[in-house]
Amino acid sequence: METLSSLADGFAIALTFENLLLALLGCFLGTLMGALPGLGPANGVAILIPIAFSLGLGPTPSLILLTSVYYGAMYGGRISSILLNIPGDEPAMMTCLDGYPMAQQGKAGEALSLSGIASFVGAFFATCGLVLLAPQLVKIALLFGPAEYFVLFTLAFATLGGISSTNQAKSAFAAAFGLGIAMIGSDSQTGSQRFTFDEIHLFDGIDFLIAIVGLFALSEVFIFLEKHRGGSVGHSGDMKIGRLLPNLSVLKRCIPTMGRSSVIGFISGVLPGAGASLGSFLSYSLEKQTVDREGKTFGKGDPRGVVAPEVGNNAASGGALVPMLALGVPGSGTTAVLLAVLLQLNITPGPLLFQKNPDVVWGLIAALFIANFMLLALNIPLVGLFTRVLLVPTRILMPVVAMVSFVGIYSITGSTFDVMLMVGFGILGWVLRKLDVPLVPIILGILLGNEMEVNLRRALTISDGDWGILVGSPLVLILWAVAIIGFVLPIFLSRRVKRNMEAARPSEEIAAGD
Amino acid sequence: MSDRIFGAVGLALAAFYIWAASIIPNSFMVDVIGPRTFPYIVGTIMALSSLIFIFRPSGEPEWPAVRELSEIAFAAAVMFLYGWVLPELGFVISTIFATAYLTWRLGTKPLASLVTGLATSVGIYVVFHLILGLSLAKGPLGF
Repeated sequence: METLSSLADGFAIALTFENLLLALLGCFLGTLMGALPGLGPANGVAILIPIAFSLGLGPTPSLILLTSVYYGAMYGGRISSILLNIPGDEPAMMTCLDGYPMAQQGKAGEALSLSGIASFVGAFFATCGLVLLAPQLVKIALLFGPAEYFVLFTLAFATLGGISSTNQAKSAFAAAFGLGIAMIGSDSQTGSQRFTFDEIHLFDGIDFLIAIVGLFALSEVFIFLEKHRGGSVGHSGDMKIGRLLPNLSVLKRCIPTMGRSSVIGFISGVLPGAGASLGSFLSYSLEKQTVDREGKTFGKGDPRGVVAPEVGNNAASGGALVPMLALGVPGSGTTAVLLAVLLQLNITPGPLLFQKNPDVVWGLIAALFIANFMLLALNIPLVGLFTRVLLVPTRILMPVVAMVSFVGIYSITGSTFDVMLMVGFGILGWVLRKLDVPLVPIILGILLGNEMEVNLRRALTISDGDWGILVGSPLVLILWAVAIIGFVLPIFLSRRVKRNMEAARPSEEIAAGD
Repeated sequence: MSDRIFGAVGLALAAFYIWAASIIPNSFMVDVIGPRTFPYIVGTIMALSSLIFIFRPSGEPEWPAVRELSEIAFAAAVMFLYGWVLPELGFVISTIFATAYLTWRLGTKPLASLVTGLATSVGIYVVFHLILGLSLAKGPLGF
C-alpha cells in the first residue's frame, strides 16, 4: 500500500508539462541513438549528461530525460537489427537472428511492430518489478554497515564482466585503473593532496564525466576513423517496411513467449554482472529450447524469435535499475553512466535515496511508465521515421557526435585542459578496446572509488584498525562468497557462453557497453 | 606480444602509482589507515594483473596498418589543437575546421566537408547557445 501511494506521488511529479516534454524528448533521442550502430545507450546517455547538467535541470527532470534515453535506446536497437542485420547496440544482437529473415520475407513491418510491442511488454513488466523489488532490497541494504558496503562494491567489480567475460585479469586491471584515477585529488578524509604533483587542474580530481565521454563516445569516433567506415548504414533499397500491424493470431502465439522472457530478462537485469545482452541471449536460447526443439523455425524468421530477445533485453534494462537505485551499485555500463548522473547532481544513490529523496525515485519510476507508453506510440506508427536515420552517413554523424561531446564538457567545466584531457581519454579508450580491456570497470572505478575507500576507512575506524571486520559478519561472508564465485566462475564457463554468443553474432562491430 | 607490452606498461604504471602513493604527505588530520593504504591496494592489484598479462598473454589484437594509425594520430592531434585554439578563435570558427577535418577524413569530398563543418558549427551554436543557453567558448569576434 505504501508503495502504491509513493507511486501516486511519483505520478504527480512526473505529470508536469516540463517533465512530460523531457520524457518525450528523451524517448525520441534514445530511439535515434539506439537505432544508429555506433551510438549505444551508454554513449548516448554519456554525451547528454553534461548537456542536461549545464542546462540547469533539476535532479528529477534530468533523470527523467536520461532514463528515457536509456529506455529509448533499448527500443531503438532492434530497428537496424531487423532491417539490416546489423545490431544498433549490443543487446539487440539476438534480434538479428529472426528479425532479419522476417524482413527478407517482406515482413519487416510486422517484425518491427511485434518487437515494439515486445519491448513495451518487457519494459513494462520490468518497471513493475522495479516498483516491487527495489523497496525490499532497500530494507536489506539498510542493514549494511561500512564493511558490508565495501564488500558490496568489491562484488560489483568482481561480477561486472559477467559470465561471458573471457579475461578476468583484464577486468581486474580495468577496475584498479579506474579506482586509481578516482584517488587523484585531495583526500576526502584527511585533505592530503594525492597524485596531483602540484598540478592545479588535478586538485579537485578528474571529473568522471570527462572520462566517461572520452572513453565511450570519442573512442567510438576513433574506431570509425580507423575503419574508414564513412558511408551510411542503410541503403534506401533495403528499407522496405511493408504492412505494419501483425496478425492477431501471431500476437496471440507470442504471449507465452513474452511471459517467459520477461521473467528471465528481469532476473538477469537484477543479478550483478548479467545485463541486457545476457538477458536477450538467455531469453532467446530458452525460447528456442521450449518451443522449437528441433530447430525448424527459429533462425528462419519465427516471430517468437523476434519477440523473445526484445522482451528479454528491455526487461533486463529495467531490472538493472533495481541494484543501481536501491544499492547504488550498477551492474552494467549504461546503469553506471546513470549512476554518474546521480553523483553529478549530488544525490547519493542507495537505500538513503529512497528515504531522503523519495520524490526523485518515485518521480523517476512514474516517468519510466509514462516513457514506456510514449515509446510504444513512437515506435509503431513512426518507425518509418527512425529507419530514415539509418540513411544518414556516419561520416557526417560521427563528427557531430564528437563536437556535441566537446560542447557538453566545455560547457560544464569551461576549461580547455579538460577538453584535451577528454581527447586523451578517447585515445586511451581506443587502445584499451583494441587490447580487449573492458571500459565499464574503469568507469565504475572512477565513479565508486572514493565511496569505496571511505567505506573501507570507516569500517576500519569502527574496528580500530582490525582488518577482521571485513570478514566479521554473516552478511559480509555471503557477499564475499558471491563476489568470489562471480569472479572465478567465468574463468571456467566463459568460453562456452562466449562461443554460443559469438556464433549468433553478426560479423559487424558494435558499440561497447550495454 | 601486445599483451606482454601492455603488461610491462601496466607494471611500470603500478610501480609509479605505488611510489606516488608513498609520497602522499601526512595531514594534521589522521584516521586509522591513512590516505596511503587504499592506493597501495589498488596499485598491487594493477601490478598483479599486469604480471598475468606478461606470463599468460591472450590472442593478438588486429592492429591497424601505419596508414590507419596515422589517421587516428592526426585526428587526435586535430582534436587537441581544437581544445587549444578554442578560447583563441571562439567556438564557431574552431568547430567549422575541426568538423570539416573529421568529415573529410571519413570520406566526404573537401568542399562538402567544409559545408558540413559550417552547418554543424552554426547548428550547434544556434541550438545549444542561442536556444538552450549553454556557455560556449567566446573568441575575439564574440562567438
